[in-house]
Amino acid sequence: MTRTPRRRLLAAIAVLSLPLAVGACTGDSGGGKTDNPDADVTITFWHGWSADSEVAAIQATIDAFEKDNPNIHVKVVGGITDDKINQALRAGGPQAPDVVSSFTTDNVGQFCSSGAFADLSSFMADSGVDPAATFPSAQLSYTQYDGNQCALPLLSDAYGLYYNKDAFAAAGIDGPPKTMSEFDADAVKLTKTSGDSYSQLGFMPTYHGYESSISHLAAQWSPTYFTADGKSNVAADPMFAQAMEWQKGLVDKLGGYAKLEKYRNTFGDEWGAKNPFMTGQVAMAIDGEWRAGMIQADAPDLDFGVAPFPVPDDQADTYGKGYITGTIVGIASTSQKQNAAWRFVKYLTTDTDAVVNFANAIHNVPSTIDALASPDVSQDEAMQTFIAIASNPASNTTPASPNGGAYQLTLQDVGYAYESGKDSDLKAALTKAAEQIDTDIAQAQ
Amino acid sequence: MPLTGSRDRTSSFLDQRVLDVSARRRETLRNLAFLSPWLLGTGLFFLYPLASTAYFSFTHYNGFGTATWDGLDNWRFVFADYPFFWPALRNTLWLVVVMVTLRVVAGLAIGMLVIRIKRGAGLLRTLFYAPFLAPPVAGTLAFVFLLNPGTGPVNTILGRLGLGEPGWFNDPAWSKPALTLLALWGVGDLMVIFMAALLDVPKEQYEAAELDGAGSVSRFRFVTLPHLRPILGFAVITGVIATMQYYTQPLIAGQVASGQIGGSGQQVEPGYPAKSTLTLPQLVYNLGFQRFDIGAACVIALVLFALSMAFAAALMRRDSVFLGGDG
Repeated sequence: MTRTPRRRLLAAIAVLSLPLAVGACTGDSGGGKTDNPDADVTITFWHGWSADSEVAAIQATIDAFEKDNPNIHVKVVGGITDDKINQALRAGGPQAPDVVSSFTTDNVGQFCSSGAFADLSSFMADSGVDPAATFPSAQLSYTQYDGNQCALPLLSDAYGLYYNKDAFAAAGIDGPPKTMSEFDADAVKLTKTSGDSYSQLGFMPTYHGYESSISHLAAQWSPTYFTADGKSNVAADPMFAQAMEWQKGLVDKLGGYAKLEKYRNTFGDEWGAKNPFMTGQVAMAIDGEWRAGMIQADAPDLDFGVAPFPVPDDQADTYGKGYITGTIVGIASTSQKQNAAWRFVKYLTTDTDAVVNFANAIHNVPSTIDALASPDVSQDEAMQTFIAIASNPASNTTPASPNGGAYQLTLQDVGYAYESGKDSDLKAALTKAAEQIDTDIAQAQ
Repeated sequence: MPLTGSRDRTSSFLDQRVLDVSARRRETLRNLAFLSPWLLGTGLFFLYPLASTAYFSFTHYNGFGTATWDGLDNWRFVFADYPFFWPALRNTLWLVVVMVTLRVVAGLAIGMLVIRIKRGAGLLRTLFYAPFLAPPVAGTLAFVFLLNPGTGPVNTILGRLGLGEPGWFNDPAWSKPALTLLALWGVGDLMVIFMAALLDVPKEQYEAAELDGAGSVSRFRFVTLPHLRPILGFAVITGVIATMQYYTQPLIAGQVASGQIGGSGQQVEPGYPAKSTLTLPQLVYNLGFQRFDIGAACVIALVLFALSMAFAAALMRRDSVFLGGDG
C-alpha cells in the first residue's frame, strides 16, 4: 500500500474511531419569573410515572389543578427518566419542560448546584409557604442543597421491615424485632438450610440483596454523611462503621457471603411477582411502602406484617425511625413561565387534598406535615405504619451532593469489599472513602 | 529592437505566468468544490467535535453555564484520583486483545467450515448469521438469563455433568469471558466477510500447492492466509475500534446481573461485579451525562481516541502481515 492511501485510511479510521463527540451544546439559561401567571398559558410537565393507575392518578391531580386554575393548561409528558431530564434541561428551548419531577432524590444536589432547577425560596416566600412548617425535616433535607431549595417533595417513600407472619409463627417468634440483636436472633431462627443452600432465609443482608443497601440500613444508626463545611464524615462518624460491622456479622451468622450470594442469584425480579419476600424465599425484608400494594396484588395469600426496621441496641429509644426518600419536583431554570409553573408546583406539593388524594391513589406516603396527619389519608394498617415512620423526627435520608449519589457509590464500594472479606480493615477503607468523596466533590465544584 | 523583443518576451512570459497561476487557482477551487462535501462533513462532524472535546477537557463545564478554564485538573483527576478509570482501561484492553482475537479466529473458522460443507450449508449460514441481527440488549438479556449461576440452564447442565459452575456475569473472574461468549455468539458478520474472501481464493493455487505436496496446513498458510491478509486487517482494525466503543452489552449485563435498578440511596454499581464489566465508554456517558462533569468525560473520550489511533497505526505498520505486504 502506498503512503497516500495509508494516510487516507488512517484519516478514515480517525473518523470512525472518534469515540464520543462531546458537542458544545449549552443550555439556554434565559428563563425567569417574569411571566404573568394570570394570563392564558400552557406549561409542560415531565414526570416518570408509566403504570396505567399511576398515570391516571397524576392526571386526576392535574385535572383538579386546571379546574382551580382555568388559565393554566398543563401539557403532560410521562415515562421520563433522569437522563432525559438532564439532556432537556441542558438543551432548553420551547420543547423543554417547565416543571420536572424525578423519582430519585440523589440528583437534587446536581440540579441545585448546576442551576438546572430554579431556586424556589423566593416563590415560597412570595406565596407565604413556610417550608419548615409545611414539610417534614427529612423531606426538606433531600430537596435542597447548600441553602438552595431547588425542589420540593412530591410524595414520600418510607422504609420499614416486612415480615412473614406464618414463618414467624413456625419459628415461635411473637412479633417483629425492635433491636438489631433481636433481629439477628430472629433471622437465624428463620433460616432453614437445604444442602449447600437454603429453603428459607431469615433475611438477605448482602448489599446487592435488593433494598438492603448500606444507605437504607445505615439510616437506623442516624449517621451524618457530611460535616457542616461539606466534608465527608463517613470515617469520622462511628455510625457507618457500626452499621457495616453489624451487617458483616449477620452475613457470617447466616452462612457467609459466598453462600448468600449464590442464594441471591436464585431470586426473581425485585419488582415482579417473584420478589423473594413474596415467594417466601426470605422471611424478612427491608422495603418501602409500595411493597404492601404489590403483595396484595401478586401474592394475596401471603400473611405479612409491617413494622419499623429495628434500631441498634444502644439507640432502642429511637425505634420507629427509618430511611426516607421520595419523588421530587422542581422548575426548570430555562422556563419562561416560572410564575405559572410555581402555581402548579405549589398545588402539587402543598395542597393537602391534592397530596392526600395522590398518595392514596398510588400507595405512597404523603409528603407534607398536614397531609400526614390528615384523616383522609389511607387508614390501611401497613400504610399507617409507614406514615408513622415518615412522621418520626428521627427518620433520616441521604443528603444532596453536587455530584449526585457518587458519595453513596464510594461508600457502597467499601461495603462490597468488607462484606465479601476482600478488605477486612474497615477503618482504613472508610478513611480512604472519605478522601475519595472529598476529591470527587472538589472535582464537581 | 532587441530591447523591445526582450520586453515582449518578458511580457509574454509574465502573461503566461499569470495565466498559469489563474489556471492553477481555478483548478484548486474546482478541486475544493468537488471536495467540499467531504471537507464540510469532516469539519463539522470530526474536526469541530474533536477540537471541542480537546478544549472542554481543560475546562470545568457542567453543561449548563459557561465553561471555565481549569488547566490540567481534569486530566489529573482522571489519571490520579478517579477510581474507575484504570479498571475500565484494563477491561477495555482485555476485551480488545481477547475478544477481538477470538472473534476473528472464530469468524474465519466458521467461514471455512461453512464453505466446505456440501449439505445444509444454507441452514448453517443462517444459524450462524442470525444472532448478529439480534438487538444487543435482547441478546445480552438472554445471555444473562442463560448464564445465571443460580437458575440458568447452562450451569444446571454443567452441574449435572459434574463440571464446575462458574459465576459468569456475577463473578469478576468470569464476567469478561461471558461477554466474550456473547460476542462469539454474534460472529456472523465476520463469517460472511471471511466466506466471501475464502471463495475468492483461486482454486488453481490450491491445485498447484497440492501438486507440490503441500498438506492442508501448508495450503492454509501459504495460499489461503496471504489472500486473506487484507480482510484479516480489516476485521482486526474494525474489531478494535468497535471494542473500544463497547458500551451496551457490558452495561446491560452488569446492571441486570446485579439485580439493582438504582434509586434513592441505592446507586447502581458501575461495572458489576467489582468493576469487571466497566468499559471506558461507560465512564464517558456516566461522567458527561449523569454526573454533569463534561471536562473529565472529554479526557476519557480523548484517551479512547488516542488508543484507537495507536492500535490502528500499530496494526497498519504490520501491513506486511495484515495488508498483503504491498506497502
